[in-house]
Amino acid sequence: MTKQFLLDGQPVPFDDGQTILEAARKAGHYIPSLCWHKDFPPHGSCKLCVVKAAGRHVSACATPAKEGWEVESNTPEINGERRGLLQMLFVEGNHFCPSCEKSGNCELQALAYEYEVLTPRFRHFFPDRPVDASHPDVLLDFNRCIFCELCVRASREIDGKSVFALTGRGIGKHLVVNAESGQLGDTDFSATDAAAHICPVGVILPKGTGFAVPIGERSFDVATIRSKTLKESS
Amino acid sequence: MSFELETAANRESLRRVAIDPVSRVEGHGKVTLLLDEAGHVREARLHIVEFRGFEKFIQGRPYWEVPVMVQRLCGICPVSHHLAAAKALDPVVGALTITPTAEKIRRLMHYGQVLQSHALHFFHLSSPDLLFGFESPVQQRNIVGVAGAYPEVARQGVLLRKFGQEVIRITAGKRVHGTGAIPGGVNKSLTAAERDELLQDADQMIQWSRDAVHLARRLHETNGSLYDEFGLFRSHLFSIVRADGALDLYDGSLRLRDARGQIVLDHLPCADYATHITEEVKPWSYMKLPFITELGAARGWYKVGPLARVQNCDFIPSPLAELERQAFVAHGEGEPIHAPLAYHWARMIEMLHAAEVIRSLLDDPDLLSDNRLAEGPRQREGVGIIEAPRGTLIHHYRVGDDDLVSYCNLIVSTTHNNQAMNEAVRQVARRYLDGRQLTEGLLNHIEVAIRAFDPCLSCATHALGKMPLAVELVNADGSLVDSATSGG
Ligand code: SF4
Repeated sequence: MTKQFLLDGQPVPFDDGQTILEAARKAGHYIPSLCWHKDFPPHGSCKLCVVKAAGRHVSACATPAKEGWEVESNTPEINGERRGLLQMLFVEGNHFCPSCEKSGNCELQALAYEYEVLTPRFRHFFPDRPVDASHPDVLLDFNRCIFCELCVRASREIDGKSVFALTGRGIGKHLVVNAESGQLGDTDFSATDAAAHICPVGVILPKGTGFAVPIGERSFDVATIRSKTLKESS
Repeated sequence: MSFELETAANRESLRRVAIDPVSRVEGHGKVTLLLDEAGHVREARLHIVEFRGFEKFIQGRPYWEVPVMVQRLCGICPVSHHLAAAKALDPVVGALTITPTAEKIRRLMHYGQVLQSHALHFFHLSSPDLLFGFESPVQQRNIVGVAGAYPEVARQGVLLRKFGQEVIRITAGKRVHGTGAIPGGVNKSLTAAERDELLQDADQMIQWSRDAVHLARRLHETNGSLYDEFGLFRSHLFSIVRADGALDLYDGSLRLRDARGQIVLDHLPCADYATHITEEVKPWSYMKLPFITELGAARGWYKVGPLARVQNCDFIPSPLAELERQAFVAHGEGEPIHAPLAYHWARMIEMLHAAEVIRSLLDDPDLLSDNRLAEGPRQREGVGIIEAPRGTLIHHYRVGDDDLVSYCNLIVSTTHNNQAMNEAVRQVARRYLDGRQLTEGLLNHIEVAIRAFDPCLSCATHALGKMPLAVELVNADGSLVDSATSGG
């Protein structure tokens, strides 16, 4: 007999070694995430996949499922915490969605809709993060970085280049480019790299093609992030 | 032309009255009057606080974001900024001419915007003053009052505006803050179903717009002494016109007429605007005061917007609006009409033209074509000029090889009209307020004059159809004698 745990009272089957997040999504239960990616080990930094398992807060992406566990995810309490995390991500960077090319394709924005982030809650940091336009084909807009490190990981592990890194701590943390000048144009980064296509938000964008896809035809115009994620996990 | 009443002598000894509409992000306007002991107006100024930070904000951003970003400049005519920016950035992607499909879809979007903006202004904002009188009870002087007394007029206003918004939604993807125009063209054509949806109502819009022109025209014909005289001052008229002299709100070259109607400058390429327009800074105003360089500050100021455009062009290239233009010109008996209240009449003629243009564009198969984008060798600089609902709108950008905007200059319609609106305020202050006990009704005369220009600060008032107003009476020593609020 397959093992199972209870997620919000519903039985979820799992195989040994599967995380709560993977098992839940496979069984058609949505748990949100930003920094998780199927091609990489769990990172556990965005904390959006937070659930309560056996009375403790854990990251569903990094916690292996256990037989008989009772896990809470889609509850007002947990969803409220997720909303708070999203609100913090918005104030930590400079997110001006209306003129962001990623708008409508952006996972952070889609999650904000999903979790009804309707009003600002925290004071904006307004950090000063200049854009890097030195590369001929790709623009880096650090204003929108959420430190998920997907580009760092993809560049290192898939492209074998290590173009990106995070540096600094706490609120001083920021994304940097691995070149003496600090400029993307001085690396061997290419628009065909996996790292050029992995950003869940609008930091790494191809140059010159802004708004070519009209409103109404963008990924999250046609499906919610919940339904899109579940479809991809089934 | 004089700047009488701009700055009084012995300002310290005068009594100050401020008309201070409540601040909104789109702009904050305020009128200050200085009165002497006998109540004579000695100084009258309109101050508009502009959000000038935008130009700085755009510098350093990638150029493709700009047409979308600049829509936030203005809550009421975002489409005009969207299109002016896209036009300015066409050369940056090498599109020295855009495809017929792109041009026609942008035109459709623009005339949809003109239609909805003019309808909003006339029916919601101005019709209460025009239908009930400037000193009518303030409780009645709003769109709700109009809906009660003239339900059909109010209904048509709402539906005209809605139609314009539908045109915008279908061409730009959203009713507000869409993305339709992109540097080099547009990102979306029309489907046959979308076109047919608009076609259903297009003829009705022409009919209602025509009725609205007649309503505005009757005001002048039946009450000429008020409508033709109120706030009257003469000035140059400035706008773009098509190469053959036709009215064209989307594209053309610059033309200036003098107050007598003689063409002074013509066929000036838009790209050369900076040579011909100087923006003067005055210590008392946040908003610059532009003038025509060749004529100098004292003589070179001008009006923009419907009243200027309808008289600056040689003809209107749509049959019904052209007939109305001819009637308008005839009313002037050989002289240009400068009366601020004639803005309403001219505005309705443009609304009719917009309805006719939309109707005829909808027959054009190019709207359905996929040939949306043009490109070519990149340029580093571009100027886009469009006739926005309120007047000439100028966007100017330089873009570096790294795709980031390195320079941005914007001159918005309300800025062009700054001197003209100040002049209208002074005329009204002199004629109606001078030496009298100030009442809300009298102060409303000043607002009526400002509203005729449909300045952007009226963004704040469009929603309610009345200008929130705070009046303060301040002694010469600055102490508050009395205050009252209305509207809002
Ligand atoms: S990255 Fe996403 S959330 Fe941030 S500005 Fe762009 S669309 Fe908005």
